[in-house]
Amino acid sequence: MTAARVALCGVSKAFGGVVAVDAVNLELTAGEVLGLLGHNGAGKSTLVKMLSGADPCDRGEIRIDDQPVSIRTPRDARRLGIETIYQDLALADNLPVPANVFLGRERTTRFGRLDEAAMERATRDVLERLNPALSDLHRPVGQLSGGQRQSVAIARALLFEARVLIMDEPTAALGPQETGQVAEQIERLKGEGIAILLVSHDLHDVFDLSDRIAVLKNGRLVGHGPREALSRERVLEMIIAGSVVGGDLPPR
Amino acid sequence: MSSATPSLVGRVLRRIEIDVRLLGMLSALALIALAFNRASDGVFLTPRNLYNLAVQSSVVGVMACGMVLVIVSRHIDLSVGSLLGFAGMLAALLQVDGLLAGSRLSWPSASLIALACGGLIGAAQGWWIAYRGVPAFVVTLGGLMIFRGSAYLLTDGRTVAPLDPGFERLGGGIEGSIGVGPSWALAGVAIIVIALLTLRTRAERRRHGVTVPPLWAEAIRVGLPVLGVLAFVAVMNAHTLPRSDVGRGLPIPVLVLIAVGSSMHVVSRATRFGRHVYAMGGSPTAAARAGIDLRRVTLVVFTAMGLLAGIAGVLTSARLGAGTNSMGTLSELAVIAAAVIGGTSLAGGVGSVAGAVLGAVVMQSLENGMVLLGISSAVRQVGIGAVLVLAVWLDTVWTRRGDAL
Ligand SMILES: Nc1ncnc2c1ncn2[C@@H]1O[C@H](COP(=O)(O)OP(=O)(O)O)[C@@H](O)[C@H]1O
Ligand SMILES: [Mg+2]
Repeated sequence: MTAARVALCGVSKAFGGVVAVDAVNLELTAGEVLGLLGHNGAGKSTLVKMLSGADPCDRGEIRIDDQPVSIRTPRDARRLGIETIYQDLALADNLPVPANVFLGRERTTRFGRLDEAAMERATRDVLERLNPALSDLHRPVGQLSGGQRQSVAIARALLFEARVLIMDEPTAALGPQETGQVAEQIERLKGEGIAILLVSHDLHDVFDLSDRIAVLKNGRLVGHGPREALSRERVLEMIIAGSVVGGDLPPR
Repeated sequence: MSSATPSLVGRVLRRIEIDVRLLGMLSALALIALAFNRASDGVFLTPRNLYNLAVQSSVVGVMACGMVLVIVSRHIDLSVGSLLGFAGMLAALLQVDGLLAGSRLSWPSASLIALACGGLIGAAQGWWIAYRGVPAFVVTLGGLMIFRGSAYLLTDGRTVAPLDPGFERLGGGIEGSIGVGPSWALAGVAIIVIALLTLRTRAERRRHGVTVPPLWAEAIRVGLPVLGVLAFVAVMNAHTLPRSDVGRGLPIPVLVLIAVGSSMHVVSRATRFGRHVYAMGGSPTAAARAGIDLRRVTLVVFTAMGLLAGIAGVLTSARLGAGTNSMGTLSELAVIAAAVIGGTSLAGGVGSVAGAVLGAVVMQSLENGMVLLGISSAVRQVGIGAVLVLAVWLDTVWTRRGDAL
């Protein structure tokens, strides 16, 4: 069996008395989409922040390609090839597209001057794959539509050869057509061998896109299995009641 | 989307990629100048008055270059007027009473110490804001009082004068300009630099296969600043020394403003640090998640602001020929107003160094023009206050319509 791209081994995080994530074991494989579901407050965003370095875990271990790693800051995560697309996209609305795509990783020339031409070129190349209709890169991203903004956020993740892509509620703010676009983009990324973690509180957002489903409740992993083995009703039951399904659970 | 049917003017402007807002401000400035010129029977646009206007604008202009970054990063600095006063007093005091007093190094060392003090004080304020989490408004309001009081304490309220004639040249008085020949030479250098930078940008974009603007657009984009440089130097050269026909050339404080303005322009637009300042102003969370160290950015922004207030302090005492207690009083407000008139948004993330310098010139033109017309200082205050509000209102209207242009 090949090693998982990312493995969470008993990770926990508490805020004061509240245990937001409680000893969770989870694996992500290359070229696979894992749907992470759960009610509001289940601990999904906290789990995402552990992986993205926004808020490191208290206990447990994160392994990448079977190597234990330490993720304390967003920089650490990016260095390990973990890219995160946050629910609010985390774009600077006042800046144009290339500036957002390269935010925090700007390319410079020898004398420390921003290399705008190179950044624009690279941005165009990625966007051509993702959203060819988006061609006016000089406008501030605040003026773009929801779907275009989503493409900018995805472009940012792709440009740096993400090996792991985390998307927190990727379609929550989009219309049906744009949701379709994102679904296409996810399929394409999967084909490129990226491990994708899709996070949502809404079953319908992720069910069809996921290869595997995991359900969190009160910080604990209450269900986990390949999508074919699960029905929507079954997953809904896990989300609401927190009943643990047997058989497909990873060894504890 | 919203730009489906832009007007012809809009399309042309977009092609040239000229900052439309800046163009609007230049037009406003031209209107102000023409109106005052008319009302003053041609006095406003004489070389003599324009020379004075340029010198008067430089102190606020220098500080406005830093205030842009402060405001763009969602902060404010209320201490710059007091800091100017403190640094100016220090420069005056040290050259008269310092260890090196009397030597040729006296005023240069005094000035450098004043600048260093400005930078250190700015860094200290930045540290309280960034690493101790005290809001910038509070830290710099405290600074406003602390440094005004400290300036007084330096001399127990005495005015320090006379100052070294070498130092006074920095203020742009009779000896304070570089003459006709060197001014033309600098104009030549500036034009060559503008042309080379443009050519380099074109070459780089070509190399990366990114579209380059058409030549006619580039010609306008380079032509306008080149004409501006030539006209400005011609005017400064046309103002003559008393009872002679020897032209003065560029005043030293204006040279300082040009140096500060171009450096800050480059820093804000062409460096990673500048990019991070704008990103932080646009969205602090987005910037933090992109791995940008917001606290470090804040510290550097306030350090730069302090340094520029130090420079402004040196220019002010040099111009006055004395260190006085009232130096810089209320100038924090003039500096903030200049930045805001120049298109800096108090919400953060938006603003330009060029706009802020223009804003300073607009404010000073209003002041200067109304003085020429013999308008009392009380009425001048009313006028400038009203213009500030009006300018920001026009800007919001403009921005809202901007998409449709
Ligand atoms: N920064 C924080 N401080 C205190 N409590 C937090 C913090 N972040 C999350 N929590 C708590 O942790 C639990 C899980 O939250 P979260 O991970 O945001 O859930 P989800 O994303 O699944 O809606 C909730 O009870 C929430 O109140
Ligand atoms: Mg959440």
